[in-house]
Amino acid sequence: MSQFVYLYRSTNEASRAAMGSPEQLQKSMQAWMAWMKRLADQGHIKDQGHPLERTGKLVKGTQRTITDGPYAESKDVIGGYTLIEAKDLAEAAELSKGCPILEGGGVVEVRPVLQTGM
Amino acid sequence: MTELHEHLFRREAGRLVATLTRIFGVENLALAEDVVQDAFCRALEVWPFRGVPDNPSAWLMATAKHRALDVLRRERTARTLAPELARALEPAEPLFTEDAIRDDQLRMMLSCCHPGLSEAAQVALMLHILCGFSVDEVAGAFVSTHAGVEKRLSRAKHVLAQSQRLFEIADPADFAARLPAVQRALYLLFNEGYHGASPEAAVRAELCREALRLTGLLLEHSVATTPATYALAALMCLHAARLPARLDAAGHLSVLAEQDRSRWDPDLMAEGQRLLELSASGPELSEYHLEAAIAAVHASAPRLEDTNWAHIVWLYDTLLAVRPSPVVALNRAIAVAQRDGPERGLEAIAAIADRKRLDGYPFYHAALGELELRRGKNDAARRHFGAALALARNAMERQFLEQRMEACDAGKADLAWHPGPSCR
Repeated sequence: MSQFVYLYRSTNEASRAAMGSPEQLQKSMQAWMAWMKRLADQGHIKDQGHPLERTGKLVKGTQRTITDGPYAESKDVIGGYTLIEAKDLAEAAELSKGCPILEGGGVVEVRPVLQTGM
Repeated sequence: MTELHEHLFRREAGRLVATLTRIFGVENLALAEDVVQDAFCRALEVWPFRGVPDNPSAWLMATAKHRALDVLRRERTARTLAPELARALEPAEPLFTEDAIRDDQLRMMLSCCHPGLSEAAQVALMLHILCGFSVDEVAGAFVSTHAGVEKRLSRAKHVLAQSQRLFEIADPADFAARLPAVQRALYLLFNEGYHGASPEAAVRAELCREALRLTGLLLEHSVATTPATYALAALMCLHAARLPARLDAAGHLSVLAEQDRSRWDPDLMAEGQRLLELSASGPELSEYHLEAAIAAVHASAPRLEDTNWAHIVWLYDTLLAVRPSPVVALNRAIAVAQRDGPERGLEAIAAIADRKRLDGYPFYHAALGELELRRGKNDAARRHFGAALALARNAMERQFLEQRMEACDAGKADLAWHPGPSCR
């Protein structure tokens, strides 16, 4: 088994637009929970991970300049991550297809965790 | 892990918007809706990872509160909101107490029933603001277009914003004056669910449920618990009890005569009876009392043939005196037919003064058809059912009426049908 990180990426606009009415939100929420539960039941979740704040700081250059995060223009933002266990990258990518973020114009970035000692 | 409660966000949307509108001012309703949307977005980002919080309502309110404070601070700097708004914010905690939030929904409900709005606009506004129905969902409920509902809602919100402030629930005289409009709007909402044109049974059941829930909010406030409010709640419960039996196993519309009465919801029936008793505490005899009483007569008959039709005719006579309407008169005529036979029923229909107004109502023609069929005039019956079919508003009604036309060919009359909420 290898480990992979799912990075959930979307824009603020896309996620708001995709949310729809309260009743549609209810359905999205149910879909997220069902998907997470399915992955957990199948033993694919190493660490459920965390949601991330949409704002932050950027520390840059030899001057250590601190600026507000790159998110003011609400470009593609990482909203959270999950640590996944899967046979290989192909399986990890396949498993991510059920992620509800895809319904709302978001993206799942699937990245293999570099194994130590390699 | 806490379960996600059914319709949680719909409920919370109403609570949150009502509270934030009180804080921001009625002219900033859009801002309140925006903040709620933000809080919901947040929930969708966080809950999949952390699970549903133990107290989702409190979580959402706290999140909305933080967001609201941000907005107010920013707006105060920009000086686009009134200065008194910024001051109102200073002791933030009392703004969000449970009691204050409970009152907010009542305040919003009364505000939605602004006298400058049509009844249809009042109902749409309540569904949108207090029940979290989107424009499309409101349009679906009333079988109208997105554009039509959007226009109606934006005009209604404009009227609301122009009213300067939310309805003041602390003044008993004002409250008493506005209450009938609220009762009427809730009644119409329920009726739309029970008899409306939406082809989807699920949508209609939701409307009934929301009407019951909002009426329940009224019952939590002593100033609103008048006999008429109890009677309104009673009539909703007694009718809602029959909802499970209105569709048969195949999903077809099932008339009262054919309903499997064992599928009537006993809890709702008991609750309806209890509320009906509570409604009898004063001299007031509202239309809701009479409709609830009619529903109670049906509910108390274990079989159709046990129905006390004489009592029902009497109740309809009284209802006609309180609120004259051709639909009430039609329902009365049907009860007369049950008591005295189809000829007397047809005479009663012929005697309805403004029966022209029933021409566009499919169940008027269906009633004529049913009574003609019952007295053996199959061809006349068939013509009436044909007229009804041409007016049918959804597949369920069409299917039901086609079935009745087939019954005309076979010469098989039905025993009774369709008493329900009467004012349309």
